[in-house]
Amino acid sequence: MRMRGLPLFVYAILFLVFIYVPVLLLPLFSLNDGQYVAFPIKALTFKWYGEMFDASQLQRALMNSVKVGIAVAIVSTLFGMLASLSFTRYKLRAKTALNGFILLPLVIPSIILGIALLVILRQFLDASLSLWTVGAAHVLICTPFAMLVLIARLEGFDRSLEEASLDLGENRFMTFFRVTLPLALPGVVSSVLISFTTSFDEFVLAFFLSSSEPTLPLYIYGQLRFPQKLPQVLALGSCIIAVSFILIAFAEWYRRRGLATTPAKA
Amino acid sequence: MASAGGQGNSVSRWWGRRMRSDNARGYALLSPTFFSVLLMMALPLIAVFVLSFWTQKGFKIDTAFTTANYETFLNYSEKPIYLTLTLRSLEMSLTATIVVLLLAFPMAYFLAFRVTKRKVLWLILITVPFWTSYLLRVFSWKLILGYDGVINTGLKSLGLIDEPLTFLLYNKLAVTITLAHSWVAFAVLPIYVSLEKIDRSLLEAAADLGDSPFRRFWRVTFPLALPGLISAGLLVFIPTVGDYVTPSLVGGTDGIMIGSIIQTLFGKVNNAPLGAATSVMMMTIVTLLVCLFLGGVQVLKKLSARV
Repeated sequence: MRMRGLPLFVYAILFLVFIYVPVLLLPLFSLNDGQYVAFPIKALTFKWYGEMFDASQLQRALMNSVKVGIAVAIVSTLFGMLASLSFTRYKLRAKTALNGFILLPLVIPSIILGIALLVILRQFLDASLSLWTVGAAHVLICTPFAMLVLIARLEGFDRSLEEASLDLGENRFMTFFRVTLPLALPGVVSSVLISFTTSFDEFVLAFFLSSSEPTLPLYIYGQLRFPQKLPQVLALGSCIIAVSFILIAFAEWYRRRGLATTPAKA
Repeated sequence: MASAGGQGNSVSRWWGRRMRSDNARGYALLSPTFFSVLLMMALPLIAVFVLSFWTQKGFKIDTAFTTANYETFLNYSEKPIYLTLTLRSLEMSLTATIVVLLLAFPMAYFLAFRVTKRKVLWLILITVPFWTSYLLRVFSWKLILGYDGVINTGLKSLGLIDEPLTFLLYNKLAVTITLAHSWVAFAVLPIYVSLEKIDRSLLEAAADLGDSPFRRFWRVTFPLALPGLISAGLLVFIPTVGDYVTPSLVGGTDGIMIGSIIQTLFGKVNNAPLGAATSVMMMTIVTLLVCLFLGGVQVLKKLSARV
């Protein structure tokens, strides 16, 4: 590191500290043998983690979140794949507008999406709320992420491989499965993991659209009202953060590594 | 596959007839995604718009057309809460957005111009926290800033203060800090991308022609990074105006935002039409502001091109 770059390097480290400290605080205090999140830290304990798993409601909420997350990951990646194939492989008119339309759920505040879905389900269709409605809403916000990841991937590899497959007599369907999909795999894996984590951690849409069956973030939100439950919440939160970290770090590493090793476009 | 059976052939012939042009096939591929967004976003938003012209009568909805909800929203003298909270939300989001851009720019600059090795690692380190539970990250700030929180007890055990500081939690400042923290990582990426795209020979040219590093930054780097800064700003500003989690956990009564009111109107107060009108107004105001801002940027661009 040259001297000129030193101040910026120090800034970058401070920046990382700023974004990581609040996230790492929960694991730190989840190991503290005390009811409160306060200094000084008393003694190390793992008892909150033990107590956490005793709650049957928690296990139920966890199962709900996992079920919704898996379904959302698969459906969003499918939608994302279809959209990114049509955007990267065909010359569509109004491409920018269509692309923007599908990305729109990313910038609309989730409270607006939440109440909009609530209004149409309750006031207009008189449908009942369930994990399905939560899942549908999550697909809406995960599809843009899936599409962005997959477009980046599909643009990144040599089109002539697909053309070769078509020239050699393979139909479009099998070309997709034998050429496009294997090459796009890092994007697909990344899209599945990102969609799952987004759904798994999502709170606002689930808050508006779930019935009596809570997802994990809803369960945590409910527990925040009880100060005596705080240590268990910290333990649970630490587990969630750890899982999200591992999934996302893997997804990002796999995707970016994939981008680096693919032969560039001709 | 060459060995595809007769059935496969007839299917593909049928498919071929349906899809005369390549374009049609592209649209067909897009349609499931397009219609799902149409069904789950556009249609519900239209429903909110329609509902905003109806009224709540007890437990029933009166479907006679009326602008009463909008009159309530705009009636500052009798019901100042709606306009006041809208303005306050805009102010807090705007502050948070500016803080985010100021914090994110040097980081993006560092990534684009200083990091040569392990760029992927840096990018991953920055993006990963953004994907982890928003609820938990906001909650963590409540623990940090609280009366018996990390900062207060930490300072007390160091002997720096005797009484806990009370200005930390449950106010606008707490909301702004938390919003900025939640979104700052998200803003680094668009700025980084625009900086990374800058042709390095332009910078060399500016230096060769005698620009000081400072002038070179303002005349070359900054204007070329502007698109990234603008999209980062919009990506932060638009969603944060309607945030509900942050004000409800760290805002207290001072830090209530318009999202909290919308939630209450749909929940406890049970006046969905008024809630719908409030949502429509919020979206309209945000959209107008964004258009004004982008229009202003265009005008400035033209002016500076003429000079």
